Amino acid sequence: MSELETMKSDALSRIAAAADLDTLEGLRVEFLGKQGSISGLLKTLGKMSPEERQEKAPAIQGLRQAVADALADKKALLEAAELEARLATEKLDLTLPAPETPKGSVHPVSQVMDELAEIFADLGFAVATGPEIEDDWYNFTALNMPESHPARAMHDTFYFPDAAPKGGRMLLRTHTSPVQVRTMMADGAPVRIIAPGRVYRSDSDATHTPMFHQVEGLVIDKDIHLGHLKWTLETFLKAFFETDDIVLRLRPSYFPFTEPSVEVDVGFAIDDKGSRILGGSGDAPGHGWMELLGSGMVNRRVIEMSGLDPDEYQGFAFGVGVDRLAMLKYGMDDLRAFFDGDVRWLQHYGFSAFDQPTLSAGVGAGA
Amino acid sequence: MKFSLEWLKYYLETEASVEEISAKLNAIGIEVEGIEDPAERLEGFRVAEVLTAKPHPDADKLQVLTVNTGEGDPLQVVCGAPNARAGMKGVLGQAGAVVPANGMKLRKSEIRGVESNGMMCSVRELELGEDHEGIIELPADAPVGTSFAEYHNASPVFDVAITPNRPDCMGVMGIARDLAAAGLGTFKPVEVEPIAGNGACPVEIRTDDPEGCPAFYGRVIRGVANGESPDWMQRRLLDAGQKPISALVDCTNYLMLACGRPAHVYDLAKLSGPVVARRAKDGEQVLALNEKTYTLDANMTVIADDAGVHDIAGIMGGEHSSVHEDTKDILLEIAYFNPESIGVTGRKLGLATDARTRFERGVDPAFLSEGLDLLTDLILKTCGGEASEAVRAGAPPSEPKVVQYDPELTRKLGGVAVDEAEQRRILAALDFGVSDDWKVTVPLRRHDVEGAADIVEEVVRIYGLEHVQSVALEGNLGVAAPTATPQQVLERRMRRAAAGRGLNEAVTWSFISEEEAAAVGGGRWVLDNPISEDMKVMRPSLLPGLLSAVRRNLDRGASSLRLFEIGRRYLADGEYPALAVVLAGERDPRGWANGKARAFDVFDAKAICLDLLREAGAPVDNLMVMGEAGDFYHPGQSATLRLGPKNRIASFGMIHPSTLKAFDIDVPVAALGIHLDAIPQKKGKSGFARTHYAPPALQAVKRDFAFLVPGELAAGDLLRAARTADKANIVDARIFDLFEGQGVPEGKKSIAIEVTLQPGEKSYKDEEIKAISDKVVAAAAKLGGELRS
Repeated sequence: MSELETMKSDALSRIAAAADLDTLEGLRVEFLGKQGSISGLLKTLGKMSPEERQEKAPAIQGLRQAVADALADKKALLEAAELEARLATEKLDLTLPAPETPKGSVHPVSQVMDELAEIFADLGFAVATGPEIEDDWYNFTALNMPESHPARAMHDTFYFPDAAPKGGRMLLRTHTSPVQVRTMMADGAPVRIIAPGRVYRSDSDATHTPMFHQVEGLVIDKDIHLGHLKWTLETFLKAFFETDDIVLRLRPSYFPFTEPSVEVDVGFAIDDKGSRILGGSGDAPGHGWMELLGSGMVNRRVIEMSGLDPDEYQGFAFGVGVDRLAMLKYGMDDLRAFFDGDVRWLQHYGFSAFDQPTLSAGVGAGA
Repeated sequence: MKFSLEWLKYYLETEASVEEISAKLNAIGIEVEGIEDPAERLEGFRVAEVLTAKPHPDADKLQVLTVNTGEGDPLQVVCGAPNARAGMKGVLGQAGAVVPANGMKLRKSEIRGVESNGMMCSVRELELGEDHEGIIELPADAPVGTSFAEYHNASPVFDVAITPNRPDCMGVMGIARDLAAAGLGTFKPVEVEPIAGNGACPVEIRTDDPEGCPAFYGRVIRGVANGESPDWMQRRLLDAGQKPISALVDCTNYLMLACGRPAHVYDLAKLSGPVVARRAKDGEQVLALNEKTYTLDANMTVIADDAGVHDIAGIMGGEHSSVHEDTKDILLEIAYFNPESIGVTGRKLGLATDARTRFERGVDPAFLSEGLDLLTDLILKTCGGEASEAVRAGAPPSEPKVVQYDPELTRKLGGVAVDEAEQRRILAALDFGVSDDWKVTVPLRRHDVEGAADIVEEVVRIYGLEHVQSVALEGNLGVAAPTATPQQVLERRMRRAAAGRGLNEAVTWSFISEEEAAAVGGGRWVLDNPISEDMKVMRPSLLPGLLSAVRRNLDRGASSLRLFEIGRRYLADGEYPALAVVLAGERDPRGWANGKARAFDVFDAKAICLDLLREAGAPVDNLMVMGEAGDFYHPGQSATLRLGPKNRIASFGMIHPSTLKAFDIDVPVAALGIHLDAIPQKKGKSGFARTHYAPPALQAVKRDFAFLVPGELAAGDLLRAARTADKANIVDARIFDLFEGQGVPEGKKSIAIEVTLQPGEKSYKDEEIKAISDKVVAAAAKLGGELRS
């Protein structure tokens, strides 16, 4: 065995035996450092004659390369082992909880109002709004309920001491119907709007709160009749409850601002738990009718007082409780809880910010 | 309103079942709210005969009866009624029957050691009246074994809601007329033989208030006996929910419930001089039948004699001249009162009665003479006596409305075509007159019918709304166009941004208490008739409602609350949309990683405020942080955000400890409010394309500066100065350190800023960076800042 080969096998076996990176670094310095043994051999090449160099250089270069490679390989091995050892000490208990991101929610009333806006936009209805502190004239008189009208007494109105510009006193609107009048006065005809919002009645028990939400619908055009009303309500309810199985029953009723007036009942079935599930005819076995909406053809006096010609324009209006729709669709049973702000209730019945109603995904948010 | 099937059939010849009648009532607009079938209630009670009655061996007041039930062996029954005796017939409740009056289920039992197999019942126990002196005694011919419901002719009772436009249906007869028109049988209107009477009416009757009381009819009946009304009348009244009082009162109630016609009976002995309809004098008083004294005014119509007021016209009679057991001679009053004045008087006095409800909505002006004769007839038959001639002072409205009608309108307005002949039939059945050229004469009792639309309603409701078919609204077949206004879009966006930021949306009352309103500067709109003191003032700010919600949640054990609301603030000049947020208690709960819980601080509120404003499209970088957030907030930890000194768009801060105390909250609360109406809206249609942008090719350069500045200098001012020192090159500046104390001179603070420079086409040379740095240092120097070395 030549001297070089001895050096090589010695170096390689010592490198292989190196237990840690420090030892390995020591070997690198010993072999390849400035004063290193192999470095020393390389330096001798410069002093050789070209012939001698040609003869010895490949062996020396080969030795250097082999040792350098062995050092690199060993270094990688040792580093990997060291990393593994370090990582082994860094083990965490991943059953520990991660930081929580607070969970926000959208109130059911807002969610349902967004759903209504989405559905009715597809039917060409805009969303209109009006003041809640209202003039007696808009809330009653213009809706064919003059001062002495007995129906006024049924409204349990909240009044302010302030005189209203158009007579009577200022009050809290008892329904969203004043928006009908304001819209017709401001925009003329034809009209297709819904008007959602807060309304107020001096009434408080298990099923009534002094403040609640209503949505009013109004269509004014030529040749609008009760059949259009029925279609609109059917179409709306089918889209809202995402079922084709909606059966309506129209019943004659009375509202001063519509003539004819109809109360709209929806058929429902009672499920095993005793809950009402909308769908089917209320006359079918195990079914019933639920009063849901008030509606009718807008009284010509209302059209007239709103500045339109009742011989030219006619139309329908309807009103329904938004809170009621929310309860029917999403299953809450206590209206008072809507306005309590109990965060447990809000998180249970509220909606994710990403439950933005869209027609393509279905306006409802699944449970 | 309640009425029995038996009473209905008095005016309607029909074979229809209860279910058919109920369905038809609903279909024609008389909503059935309930049906009560007494046959169900009286199940298990039957006619029985007492065979023997012996004293109870162990109780003085009890008897042991043997009772024949009509089937099987006689039953032994223990009975405590003094009138129980052998040979009498009564009503036996057998084991299993439920006593209507108290819901007790009867069963076989032992009473003082003697077996008893049921109960002999009193009138009160079966809810047939008040009598509880003894058990019911039936006539000798009562068939033993028959169910008592059948024997008693117990009739199902309908409970219906009459809409305010139909006072003509506030009597059974009117309902029968509607049902007959709808094909449910033949209408049998009450037929009254005119009663001439004997001799002139001895009392002068007149109306001195033809406006409030256009017609006042009456007559005297002498020699009546005011006992109990007959059984058939009592039963109809009881079924209608009207307690029998005395024969005379029952007769007037009967007339009202049968024909929708209120009337009044006076005790003639208590009257003196002419009986006159007149306006009350201001301050005049009357003790009414409800034993309350009412003070009247000159707008109210009354019936009075020389001595004073005896009747608040059309609303309630007076106590003084009311009839009693010993009343002998009476004066009947049937009048027509102005519906509007009845309503005004009733509201002013706060007095709601069955009579007022009918007069206010309008009784039948054509039913005065008939009504008077009908009442006279009832009284003569029930109480005897001799009637005088009738007096008719004044005259009720008698000019019927005539409406020009077009039978096409059922289709045009009602959406259903109805055959002309059928339309004529329906209208005639409802008592409307129809000429060949469709001039429709409205019966006087139908105050609600004013025009063609009302006629459409009459025809269509009787024809059946189920015939109305759905017809689609005309519309574009294309994609629906957006309809939301910019404000609506903003509110929807803000709502979901807030929810996405971890906040829970609440909806709180629009009205708050005066104290709560005072805490935010007071409310302009105060209710006259609040439902409670807590709900009195329209909120000028959303924060009080949210703070109350915070307190309720804390009371229920919550420790961390993030609530928001989007709603209106009610100010003197209008209603303004706002968003408010409250952050109460713990921002982060105590945890394994972070140790102690961390409470919300004012920068949590600021962060959310700016995030939401950014979502709203507000120019967040241009906002000025100013003071005057309001007394509601901590004076040193609150601010307003403004676009220009006067345009306040938001405020945020820690809630003032005194405010928290007033709201009974014991954790720190950070809050913010955004005036949604104050956020500038993009003007015009901006389109969709963004302004052009290409990320710069060269890397940005960061340089740090530390300045010693006066202690009172707002850090934001220094930051703004740095950022705007060289707008061409400086794209961002952030504060990364703030230090006061050791090493920093008294009255100064050290603020460290990292400035980001963005080179354009070429990398910066050292001297360029130095030039920019000099500008930053110079800008800081203007604010009293000196570079720390």
